[in-house]
Amino acid sequence: MQANEKITPSTLSLKDLPWQIDWSRDKCTLCGQCTAACPVNAIELGVFRKRIVETDINAATQPGNVYKVYHGIRQRTDPAYHCVGCAMCAMVCPNDAIMPYHSDESDKLRFHLNRGGQAERRGGRRNAPGGVLDQIKFTRISMLTDPALDAGRHEFEMRALLGRILPPEENMQRVREHGWIPPVREIYPLIIGGMSFGALSPPMWEGLQMGVAYLNEEMGMPVRISTGEGGCPPRLLRSRFMRYVILQIASGYFGWDEIIHAIPEMKVDPCAIEIKYGQGAKPGDGGLLMWHKVNDLISAIRGVPKGVSLPSPPTHQTKYSIEEAVAKMIQSMSMAWGFRVPVYPKISGTSTSLAVLNNLSRNPYAAGLAIDGEDGGTGAAYNVSLDHMGHPIASCLRDCYLNLVKLGQQNEIPLFAGGGIGKNGNLAANAAALIMLGASGVQVGKYVMQAAAGCLGSETRRCNICNIGLCPKGITSQDPRLYRRLDAEDVAQRVVDMYVSFDTELRKIVAPLGRSTTLPIGMSDALGIADKAAADRLQIQYVV
Amino acid sequence: MCRLIAITSDTPQSPMTALNALDVMREGHDGSGVGLCLRDLGGPLEEMKDEPILSGIFTEAGIRRLDGYMINLGFLTKYKISIKIPKVPPQGVPKRDMYLIRAYEYPEEWADMDREEKEARLVNIRLALQDMGRENQDMIVFSFWPDTIMIKEIGDPLTVGKYLELGNEKLNARIIMAQGRQNTNYAIDLYACHPFFIQGFSTMTNGENTAFVPIREYLKSRGEPGYTGFYSDSEVFVHILHYTLKHLGLGVEAYKHVITPLQDGDLESHPNGDFLTHLKRTCRKLIIDGPNCVIGLLPDNTMFMTQDRKKLRPGVVGGQSGTWVFSSEVCGLDYVLPGRDKHTDFQPMHLDTAVVRPDRREVYICKQMKRLPRLH
Repeated sequence: MQANEKITPSTLSLKDLPWQIDWSRDKCTLCGQCTAACPVNAIELGVFRKRIVETDINAATQPGNVYKVYHGIRQRTDPAYHCVGCAMCAMVCPNDAIMPYHSDESDKLRFHLNRGGQAERRGGRRNAPGGVLDQIKFTRISMLTDPALDAGRHEFEMRALLGRILPPEENMQRVREHGWIPPVREIYPLIIGGMSFGALSPPMWEGLQMGVAYLNEEMGMPVRISTGEGGCPPRLLRSRFMRYVILQIASGYFGWDEIIHAIPEMKVDPCAIEIKYGQGAKPGDGGLLMWHKVNDLISAIRGVPKGVSLPSPPTHQTKYSIEEAVAKMIQSMSMAWGFRVPVYPKISGTSTSLAVLNNLSRNPYAAGLAIDGEDGGTGAAYNVSLDHMGHPIASCLRDCYLNLVKLGQQNEIPLFAGGGIGKNGNLAANAAALIMLGASGVQVGKYVMQAAAGCLGSETRRCNICNIGLCPKGITSQDPRLYRRLDAEDVAQRVVDMYVSFDTELRKIVAPLGRSTTLPIGMSDALGIADKAAADRLQIQYVV
Repeated sequence: MCRLIAITSDTPQSPMTALNALDVMREGHDGSGVGLCLRDLGGPLEEMKDEPILSGIFTEAGIRRLDGYMINLGFLTKYKISIKIPKVPPQGVPKRDMYLIRAYEYPEEWADMDREEKEARLVNIRLALQDMGRENQDMIVFSFWPDTIMIKEIGDPLTVGKYLELGNEKLNARIIMAQGRQNTNYAIDLYACHPFFIQGFSTMTNGENTAFVPIREYLKSRGEPGYTGFYSDSEVFVHILHYTLKHLGLGVEAYKHVITPLQDGDLESHPNGDFLTHLKRTCRKLIIDGPNCVIGLLPDNTMFMTQDRKKLRPGVVGGQSGTWVFSSEVCGLDYVLPGRDKHTDFQPMHLDTAVVRPDRREVYICKQMKRLPRLH
């Protein structure tokens, strides 16, 4: 800082920031690419004045000093321009002269991210690495008493059923009497969870859709993708690819005017309708698309004016009780598609999820329940919601499954789990653990962004600026100057890579357990954990 | 891996035939236990086809408690087969007070009861006796059902058979199912010995059922009191069979579609594709995933053998009109029927169910890809 600069409560030093830029004067060519690429203008051209002491070998000459100037990179300490650690500077630097490093202690910045009384909002996920899912091991290995299967050569049928399944006796009777049988979709158990058009950039959305279409039509994998709450492009609504899409309706109803009007023109039914009541990243809070991202295209698809923030209400405003909210919406949505499309609610993980489930178990039109745990991601939310609100998915899901077992309805209402699956890169292991705890399938969002588009976010406060449309990789930006960095074809390719490798890993888990004919839902005897309390809570084996 | 042998024959056979056949296949079992199920009985019990027969192992105190309980319910002993046992059991066989095979007369008030009610009550009595036995460790009850005898004991099958003098001419049957056990639990519980039995349905299997826990959870929630026990992961096979036929009203051909359904691609081209898709989805929790050869018996004495989806266990059916043998290995079959035409032996593969109807005229091979018979 300058000598005459005023020190205020929010005046911070580099040490107080979570990320510090390390810049090498020796290597830097002063090309300026880093400052151009920085999404938050955290670095700028710096002019440094330096005194150099000059002494001569000749003792007769008096030592002196000279003042020189050199140019380089200066990191800003104003909280409004703090470095987010995305490391785009390092990515673009031709000489590897610059790199952000995480501070060795808790930062002081966090106390100043509320200037003007505005609580911190950001995108990303809960800033807490680790989690119970990674601790779960698969311990029931088929050895000599029954042979392990061959993940590479045996046949496998790993499918989730999305839809209400009737008890066998009742289904048999309805088949005989040609009665109405609820629609059921056989899908791949790894679903791309709701990330809206608006939260994601056009090439990201297009890439995901192309990848999903390829997986279905070329690879024979019935992968499904949820739209999130942001409507759906009109051409997709009227295309045959609609069968791969789960349309989400949430409390803002964004885009639903367009969807309702497209129903008569739809070539095929959508896979399902997901009614979002809650999101794991910000439970009890509505969706949020900040004004930065509401441009012409987004405002057209969502049916809203441009340049305004779009906070969805925390709940569906026309409903006042669980009976209203769940039963009527499920009924209305089912009716809109002639009872041919499964309709299910998505809630955030909560200690009251059993009440929701019990209600659904008595509603013959409820096609399932999706539960999003505390580690779910978001495009925009208040930091306090992200970091402190919500319920871990493992015990929430397990409680729900065991409750269904008690009711004998474990095959009737599929449970889908989301929130933090693969957050440390162990996608297949986390997914398989949740399936064996009772999930019919899992929903992933962040993992897809990381694997398919190179999202830089992490649980240690890296990047997390999805909310302001400045995504340095162009994934969550609506600015063409940013999103042209992302090629939809490349995203599609990576989606396919991700699914094919996931499939191999899933087989490598279930084959040694002796399972191949059907997804091992609720096969809790295969699971172990070296944490006694967690083992008791999840009713799995304690192993050390 | 256990070894299985099942005989269905027009003329009653001694259970020793089956135990000798198990002995021939002894390389495949470790002599840790044996289970027998006899139906369509010959000998003196042939005249009492409708009377329920109680089979089990009792202590002296247990017998007294049993008598008290049964008299209280109004059941009177009609006939019993005494099994005389030497004072010292052979090595590896526990000492017991009494092996009981006793036919009862129904209480008078049961006379006008319909069949369903009677059958349900018989199961409840068996379960109550099992519970009583567990409390005091004085009775083990295997079955309480008409025309059915079950014997289970720890030890080498042939040794146990000789010890209990199962060659006794009073003890023979047209249907014999026997399993030589390869014990995979350290402590041996007799309730975990095959064959398993419920209301005239019986199964025995060879192999481990990897989907046991979800299947058990599902069966327990079906509201059927007899779906209990689960001392062995193989016990669920008999419950699934019972559920398929009694609750869903389907035939034996559908059993394989429940436990190892076809893959979706095959279902699309199957003549009953729609129905089977519904069956696969609604009975999803009953899909077995382990390596299993299942030999089963229906209340009408139809016997069948079916295999897991990958056909990972051995099994062969052979014989001629009048006598058919289902065996884990050909050598077991050879022992029982050395003179049969071996060219007609059949080893069911991953899509097959081999069925011998009660008339015992032929082995009917039910292919999973073929149309199901019409339901009546």
